[in-house]
Amino acid sequence: MDFMVFQYPMITIQACLDGILLGVLFALIAYGMALQWGVMNIINIAQGDLVILGGYIAYFMYLFGIHPAWGVIVSPFIMYFVGIGIYKLVINKVVDRDLFISILATFGISILFMQLMNFAFGADVVLANSGYGTTFLFDSNVVLPNSKIFSAVVSIVFAICLVIYMKKSKLGRAIRATAQNARAAKILGVDTEKVYAATFGINAALCGVAGALISITFTIHPYMGLPYTIRSFMIVIVAGLGNLPGVALSGMGLGVFEEFADYLLGTEFRIGSVFLLLVLILVYRRFKLSRKREYLK
Amino acid sequence: MNKNIILYAVILIFGLAAPFIFPAFKVQLSILCVLIILAVTWNIQGGEMGYNSFGNILFYGLGMYLCASVQVGMFFPLAEWTESGGEKTFVHTPTQFFQGMAVGLLVAAVVPTIVAGLIGYSILGLRGHYFAICTLGLGVAAGEISGGIEIIGAGQGFTTPPFPNVGGLEARGEFFYFCSFFALVIAFVTIRAIYSTRFKLILNAIRDNEDKAEAMGIETMKYKIIGWMVSAFFCGLAGGIMGGLVGYIDSTDVAFDGREMGVFMVLMAILGGKGTLWGPIIGATVFHIFKEGFWTFFLGWQYVALGVLIVVIVIYFPEGIMGWLREKYPERFGEVVDEADRKAQVELK
Repeated sequence: MDFMVFQYPMITIQACLDGILLGVLFALIAYGMALQWGVMNIINIAQGDLVILGGYIAYFMYLFGIHPAWGVIVSPFIMYFVGIGIYKLVINKVVDRDLFISILATFGISILFMQLMNFAFGADVVLANSGYGTTFLFDSNVVLPNSKIFSAVVSIVFAICLVIYMKKSKLGRAIRATAQNARAAKILGVDTEKVYAATFGINAALCGVAGALISITFTIHPYMGLPYTIRSFMIVIVAGLGNLPGVALSGMGLGVFEEFADYLLGTEFRIGSVFLLLVLILVYRRFKLSRKREYLK
Repeated sequence: MNKNIILYAVILIFGLAAPFIFPAFKVQLSILCVLIILAVTWNIQGGEMGYNSFGNILFYGLGMYLCASVQVGMFFPLAEWTESGGEKTFVHTPTQFFQGMAVGLLVAAVVPTIVAGLIGYSILGLRGHYFAICTLGLGVAAGEISGGIEIIGAGQGFTTPPFPNVGGLEARGEFFYFCSFFALVIAFVTIRAIYSTRFKLILNAIRDNEDKAEAMGIETMKYKIIGWMVSAFFCGLAGGIMGGLVGYIDSTDVAFDGREMGVFMVLMAILGGKGTLWGPIIGATVFHIFKEGFWTFFLGWQYVALGVLIVVIVIYFPEGIMGWLREKYPERFGEVVDEADRKAQVELK
């Protein structure tokens, strides 16, 4: 570790900008996780694998000669039905069970997806080239690929659309009602089964958007799913359920942290530092709460 | 009681004779012993204490690295050994190998125990799924970080000292089999002993309602940490043996293999029935046979099968084999069954 950060302020600016643009993307995935956690009380370990699957959809469009940015529109549609399928097959059997059961079941789905993607798409690291070029700032000391800016803007647009949808539409109201009290919602005529399926589908669709953006901006690989799950979990526990500005902020914070860890410790410790940060955050919260003789619930 | 002694004696004799009865399966049997140790020790957390840990793999991997490092480092410079990769620039004499292995296994068992004691206070304060995710993070973080440390081979892996040239392949298999078998016997005896004391009741009290247990005046944290330390001791030991058996340590694929071993131990305990003494043992045996069958006949599709297996077990079989037996034959488990009540239940179904 050296004092690069202080000697070259441009690197700091670069890392911050990269981190913020990346963090917006993380926040989008985390929003999906918060949604299903809040509504269905499920922690989905397969979240990251849904993201990667969404990324492969965009990548295949790129291979067939369609511009991968259209993946942002196509991928959520396909992923919505993938999500509904997973819900009908597995998730509906674990919804009202112990949380650990859902963690383990989705862990199984995650392994399954990982391996099926490995068979179907090969174990190579791939990316879809968007051909957007780059933006240079500060006498070309700071280099920002336009694809990153594009992905951040698209994420924000999708997040805003989703928030409006949740506020205004009938389904959105049903989802929020179920999150507050599933039993009361049921009594008042909400088909909770349908709401759960829709929630999981929307979550998968969000993952699809994020995956398509990741395939444009970064690289995708069948085994890269778990870090995205952990990142979104971390963002959710820092921000809390249903706190959208918090999710966005902590997503950006995580992005910046990751970029700095990358610069300072080296790329080989990047994923490790993310997981370690999760442990540290949980332990910090635990000590903070234990002063009041409470614990994380 | 008498019946039990005969049963244990039969199992012990069978265990001692197994490598000679099935000489072709020595390595498989040693792996089975390691798997049983992992399942049984996971059961202390997941089954008895209600703390579903994905992080016992941390101690397993730690033990693996420690055993190999000590075994090499006692006689040769460690950095040069790992740098040379698989090439045998240094060769252990038989005495050096066995001495190194003995000290290595001791270190591999003791250091994870201390680590568990040190981190236990912070980690075990988390509950439920936070504990599960936190330990999952711990395991993966350890894998990623150890993959970046040069002295233990970083990304290219660590070749453990090859077995010295005494007795050839047969002797190697028997040595590792008896190592793992004795580790298993020690683990089983220890765990059976602590399960017959008040300790197990305290763990069960923690599982059923931790707040009430605390209110009853039990220092739950102390017992949780002790439970974790027992697990860590045997996980480290198992890891050390497994490292020598596999002969090659990779940070994410062999040592801190959360995707495989870390899930296996959970799965085995659940398959057999968590919260029972024999459940994890039965589960591990069934799982190992099933897994080897799959690995042989469906090569390449094994992880797909594993994923499906996890989902199926968790959804349709969460009580495990022991739980199923218990429901079927409650009398065998010392439960008094009211005939009329049972009939009524059957009619209700």
